[in-house]
Amino acid sequence: MMQIDQEAVSEQIQYKSEVKNLNFFYGNFNALKNINMVLHDKKITALIGPSGCGKSTFLRCFNRMHDLYPGNRYQGEIMLHPDNVNILAQNVDPIEVRMRISMVFQKPNPFPKSIYENVAYGLRVRGIKQRAILDESVELALRNSALWDEVKDRQHDLAFNLSGGQQQRLCIARALATDPEILLFDEPTSALDPIATASIEELITDLKNKVTILIVTHNMQQAARVSDYTAYMYLGELIEFNVTDTIFIKPKNKQTEDYITGRFG
Amino acid sequence: MAAESPDHLADPGKLGYSIRRHLHERFIEVLLFLSAVLSVAIMLAILAMLLKESAVFFQHVSLWDFLTDTQWTPLFDDAHYGILPLVAGTIVSSLIALLVALPLGTIIAIYLSEFAPFTVREISKPFLELLGGIPTVVYGYFALLFVTPMLQIFFPELPGFSLLSAGLVMGIMIIPYVSSMTEDAMRAVPMNLREGSYAMGATRLQTAIRVVMPAAFSGIAAAYILGISRAVGETMVVAIAAGMQPNLTWNPMEPAATITAYIVQVSLGDLPHGSIGYQTIFAAGLTLLILTLIFNIIGHLLRKRYREIY
Amino acid sequence: MNNIEEIRRIIGQHKRWDLIFVIAGIFALMIAVLTFMALFAHMLIDGMPRLSWEFFTSFPSRRPESAGILSAWVGTTLVMLVTALSAVPLGIGSGIYLEEYAPKNLVTEIIEINVTNLAGVPSIIYGLLALGLFVYQLGFGQSILAAGLALALLILPVVIVATREAIRSIPVAIREGAYALGATKWQTVFDHLLPYSSAGILTGVIIGLARAIGETAPIITIGALTFIAFLPPSPVKSEFPFVSFEWLTAPFTVMPIQMFNWVSRPEEAFQLNAAAAGLVLVVMTLAMNGLAIYLRYRMRKNIKW
Repeated sequence: MMQIDQEAVSEQIQYKSEVKNLNFFYGNFNALKNINMVLHDKKITALIGPSGCGKSTFLRCFNRMHDLYPGNRYQGEIMLHPDNVNILAQNVDPIEVRMRISMVFQKPNPFPKSIYENVAYGLRVRGIKQRAILDESVELALRNSALWDEVKDRQHDLAFNLSGGQQQRLCIARALATDPEILLFDEPTSALDPIATASIEELITDLKNKVTILIVTHNMQQAARVSDYTAYMYLGELIEFNVTDTIFIKPKNKQTEDYITGRFG
Repeated sequence: MAAESPDHLADPGKLGYSIRRHLHERFIEVLLFLSAVLSVAIMLAILAMLLKESAVFFQHVSLWDFLTDTQWTPLFDDAHYGILPLVAGTIVSSLIALLVALPLGTIIAIYLSEFAPFTVREISKPFLELLGGIPTVVYGYFALLFVTPMLQIFFPELPGFSLLSAGLVMGIMIIPYVSSMTEDAMRAVPMNLREGSYAMGATRLQTAIRVVMPAAFSGIAAAYILGISRAVGETMVVAIAAGMQPNLTWNPMEPAATITAYIVQVSLGDLPHGSIGYQTIFAAGLTLLILTLIFNIIGHLLRKRYREIY
Repeated sequence: MNNIEEIRRIIGQHKRWDLIFVIAGIFALMIAVLTFMALFAHMLIDGMPRLSWEFFTSFPSRRPESAGILSAWVGTTLVMLVTALSAVPLGIGSGIYLEEYAPKNLVTEIIEINVTNLAGVPSIIYGLLALGLFVYQLGFGQSILAAGLALALLILPVVIVATREAIRSIPVAIREGAYALGATKWQTVFDHLLPYSSAGILTGVIIGLARAIGETAPIITIGALTFIAFLPPSPVKSEFPFVSFEWLTAPFTVMPIQMFNWVSRPEEAFQLNAAAAGLVLVVMTLAMNGLAIYLRYRMRKNIKW
């Protein structure tokens, strides 16, 4: 029964990932409660909700970042398709997960290296040394992150010399260079000014045909502008998940509606 | 109104300015300032003392001879005053010490900062700190009476005093110093850089070597340089285990004196105040101070730089 | 993306390096641990048989089996007294000045650079300063006073840095609270900042004194390596005024000097004495440093501003 169901799912609907009964614990604190959700392939899914609702925690489950700190525990499954593998399983190597599911952080965090080396980092980590491949991938990633024209003549400058918005696009290029299957964004524009924010949003929209995207944002307009699907979370629970238009125009849940219309709290 | 207020409260009608209180405060501030300025006075006193005695010394001995003569025999009838043998001894013993302390100190720092579980770190750090607090004379004893005999098992021709055994023990002695400063520099690297690297699928060692260490570069360099300064200025281990005879050699298997060991050797004797022998230790001390000051200043500039970045 | 088998192979390779490094890290730590154990064991085996009541109550002697450390530990105690009494007030005073009073100007910057530089000056240089200044210029001679002051200069930076760090960790709100009640600057410092930072300062003072106890080179330099088979005059007297300062100018020896003296003797019997003296010295410094580490640990656990 179960078997047939799953095959039907992966054949019929284009899910990149399915979250099943996910619980997450910081020590004894149950930070995510029984979450069920899907990521549609090559679509943008946004996570919204008040601060502390667990949206970043949820995002960081997808590339097992919680494994870096002791005392964290997952329960449940995040299935990655087409492999149909639970990436939270004990026998799955978090490093392999992170090679396939990349992440862009809240604050731009370029490494103290040149622009070129920042983008090439993921490839170098995979043991790629051939200059030609590196050059090509770096250029492609910089082009895809709309940074190429600005930095092509100074690829060997220190990345710290870029502006905040450029640094964030560099971090996106860094994540893109390794051709990830899912790209996670953790409030990628919260540290940026409006102009830089607009350029990042444009970039994210452009990327949607290439990669599946999950983005955490506390800016509802942003979610409405860029995403295809939206999930509303509150106190570690997934309250509502639907097509973005539906969530914003006629949410089914009263709580969601209150938050969207600003009557929250 | 004023009569009704209790005596110990100020008259509410007058907001005055108490000269007594003001003077009292100023007096204390001046006292505190003087104690702070004392550190500058100490530094000046050190410089003045070394320069004054060295000046007399350099009236007898030309700076050229001091820097180029290959013998240091100030207490012999045929006196030579070449600092080279002492500098060579200092360099050889320091090099051996650094060959031990820098790699091991760095490995320990990376391990503790990036790999070790919380409990291992909590136990290791105070332990290393205790190790760094052991008196140097005890390390000297250990070098002479334990390490040298051990080395003689492998190198039967090793003499009782040698730069090798003094250098090795000095190296182990400096490990806690290097490792704790290196670890501090690495831990000052913000977590989000590490997360950026892990999110790309990097392993711990890749993150440590490719991201954390370059980010902590100036702090680590400062740790190394202060470690060098420490090795150059170390006295008791070399005085006890390397012998105190000036000997122009680059061979670690030989006994030789360092700058510091020479000062100890002269102080052990009964040199009359004002004699040229007495002045030689100030000239040697001046050389040592200049060497270590250069290293210290570079080290502190580097440290300041990494503190400013993060 | 390269095929998954290839990626797995590479990850496996990299993880092997992780493992190799962990082993190297533990190995490096073990070198430090084993060295310490060898050092301690060697001294214990050689020195333990010599540790007896007589060892602490006898003067050094030409006959190794009847030699002891009486004059050494009495000397160490008195020298430490001078060191603590001079370094602690001066160090705390400059720490307070630099942290609370100092304006941001060139003089302050010079003082700050100086303190860090002083901390890096080799200890033997302090010995040369003490030799020229205290022993000859000021005429203190090779006395307890000269040695105590030399060591005080040596640990001054430690006390200053500890004081500054302890005071800096007190939040501004505490200062503002005191000023808002009409306290003067000194009242704020004396009634609030000093008491709240006392544990941190004490930690620094203990670490500094532990270092001073083991210092040998500066004391050798002032020429104090002599055969001392007597005690300095007692600081307490039976007749008026009951205290005497004669001991300050008395010749002396201290623990590390006594140990150095015995180490440099060729006879093995004296080296056993050196081991015993070293054992006492190491236990003293380990106890002091251990106490400081414990105090700091307690402090971090208890105080959460």
